[in-house]
Amino acid sequence: MGVRRRPGAFVLKVNPILCDGFGHCHELAPELVTMDEWGYPIIKKELTPFENVGAYESARYAVRGCPRQALNIERVNEK
Amino acid sequence: MLGSQLPRLLHGTPGTPLTLAQHEAAFAPTNPRADLLTELEASGLTGRGGAAFPTARKARLLAEQRGHHKFVVVNAMEGEPASHKDQTLLSTNPHLVLDGAEMLASIIGASQVMVCVARDRPALVNYVKRALHERERKSRRSVKFELHTPPWRYVAGEESALVHWLDDNESLPQYRPQRPTILKLDRHPVLVDNAETCANVALIGRFGATWYRELGTEQSPGSALVSISGAVARPHVVEAALGTPIRSILVAAGAEAMPQAVLLGGYGGTWLSGQNLDVPYDNAFLSAYGASTGAGVMVVLGREGCGLVETTRVVKWMANESARQCGPCAFGLPALGEDLTELSFATASSPAAFSRLVERCGAIDGRGACRHPDGVVRFVRSALDVFGEDVKQHLRGAPCGAIRSQKRYATVPMLEREEELIWE
Repeated sequence: MGVRRRPGAFVLKVNPILCDGFGHCHELAPELVTMDEWGYPIIKKELTPFENVGAYESARYAVRGCPRQALNIERVNEK
Repeated sequence: MLGSQLPRLLHGTPGTPLTLAQHEAAFAPTNPRADLLTELEASGLTGRGGAAFPTARKARLLAEQRGHHKFVVVNAMEGEPASHKDQTLLSTNPHLVLDGAEMLASIIGASQVMVCVARDRPALVNYVKRALHERERKSRRSVKFELHTPPWRYVAGEESALVHWLDDNESLPQYRPQRPTILKLDRHPVLVDNAETCANVALIGRFGATWYRELGTEQSPGSALVSISGAVARPHVVEAALGTPIRSILVAAGAEAMPQAVLLGGYGGTWLSGQNLDVPYDNAFLSAYGASTGAGVMVVLGREGCGLVETTRVVKWMANESARQCGPCAFGLPALGEDLTELSFATASSPAAFSRLVERCGAIDGRGACRHPDGVVRFVRSALDVFGEDVKQHLRGAPCGAIRSQKRYATVPMLEREEELIWE
C-alpha cells in the first residue's frame, strides 16, 4: 500500500453511534483496538506516529474493513 | 430598579407568571445596548445548564459565524428529575427568559428564537404560550419566537439531542468529533442556552456587568437557582448567591443541618460528604472535591438513608434513560446498575460485584457520543469515594439498616419499559 512518509501522528476515532460492535477493527488492528466485554472497541487514545508504518497500515485496514464505516483516522500535526 | 440583593431571578411568585406589563414595571424596559457582548464578557456569566461554559465565549463563537440565518434555542427541557429551576423560573417570570433570548439573538445576529419546553408539563407550556402571545401583540420586536415541545427524556435536554429534535423530530444525541462544536440546524448555526442563563443575560443587558458582579465571587459572579429536595421539609427552588457555603443554603431552605451527604449538580453529578458542606457553592472551590454546581441540584441524604441504595436507584434509572445509541452506554450502564444492586444487598457475591464495578467504570468512561455515560460513571465513582465506609460494611456482609427502612431521598421517576420510551 502506498504509505507515504509524513510527519506528525494519528489517532483512530470511532463514531460510537454508528458502531454496532462487529469487531472487525479488533481483528484488523489489534495493536490499536481492544474490546470491552460487550464487543465494542476500546481504541488507544495516545497518538501513534506515522513512522510506525505497521500500525498506520492496520488502522487503514480497520477503517476500510468496518461494516458500519464508523472509523476514521484523525491526523494530528505536532508543532 | 432592582437592588443588588436577592431575589434577582425569582422576582414574583411561582405559579402566577408576571405579565409583560408587570414585568416591564418590575424591571426597566429593555433598551438595547450596543456593547452587549463586551458587557457579557465582563460579567463572567457561565452557563447554568450544567457544563458552566462561559456564555460570552459561546456567543462570540456564534457571532463570528457567517450567514444571515442563525437560531437561538432556549433550553428549558430540564431533564433532571430532581431539578425544578427552569420550571420555577418560567412560571415566575417567563419574560425575563425571553428578554435574555432576544438579547442573545441580537448579539449573534439571529432572527429566530426557539423555546423548548417538555410537552409532559402542560401548565408550563401554557405559561410560555401566553407570554409569547403577549409579546406578539406588542409587535415591536423583530425576533421571531417559536415554542417547541419535545418529549421529556433525560438526554432530550442535551444540546445536540435538542437540535436533532428540532431538525428531525428525534431526541437523540449526535456524534461530534470535535469539541466545542457549533451545532447546525438545517445548515444554520444554533446557539443553545439554558433558560436560567438567558434570564441572567437579560439582567446583565439591563443593569450591566458591575451590577451583576455585586453578588457572587470573583470567579463565579451572580446568583444561581438551586433545586433542593431529599431530607427537606418541602422540596423547592431557592436563589442563592454563588459562593455561599452549601450548609447555609441548606439551612435556609429548611433542610437537615447535619446530613450524611448531598448530591450536587444532578444525576450525572457527584456526592459531597456531609463533612465538607462548609465549602462555598462555587465551581472554583467545589472542583477540589471533584464536584461542580452542575444544573443546580441538591439532594439531601438524611441520616437514615443509605448512599449506595440511593446511588443504585439513580443509576438504574439513568441506565434506562440511555438513548441506546452507543454500545458502552446501552450495555454498560445497566451492568453498572446490576453491580450496584448486588453491592447494596450485601450478599456473598458483593466483593466480586465491587471489583467488576470499578473495572467497568473505567471501561465506559468517555466512550459515548454524548456525556451521559461519563456522568453516570462520575456519579458512581463519587459514591464509592464518599460512601467508602458503607462500601466496606456492605462488602463485609453487614446489611445496612436503610435497605429495610424504606426511607428514600432521591426522586426517581418510574422505570419505563424500553418500548414505552418516547423519543419523537
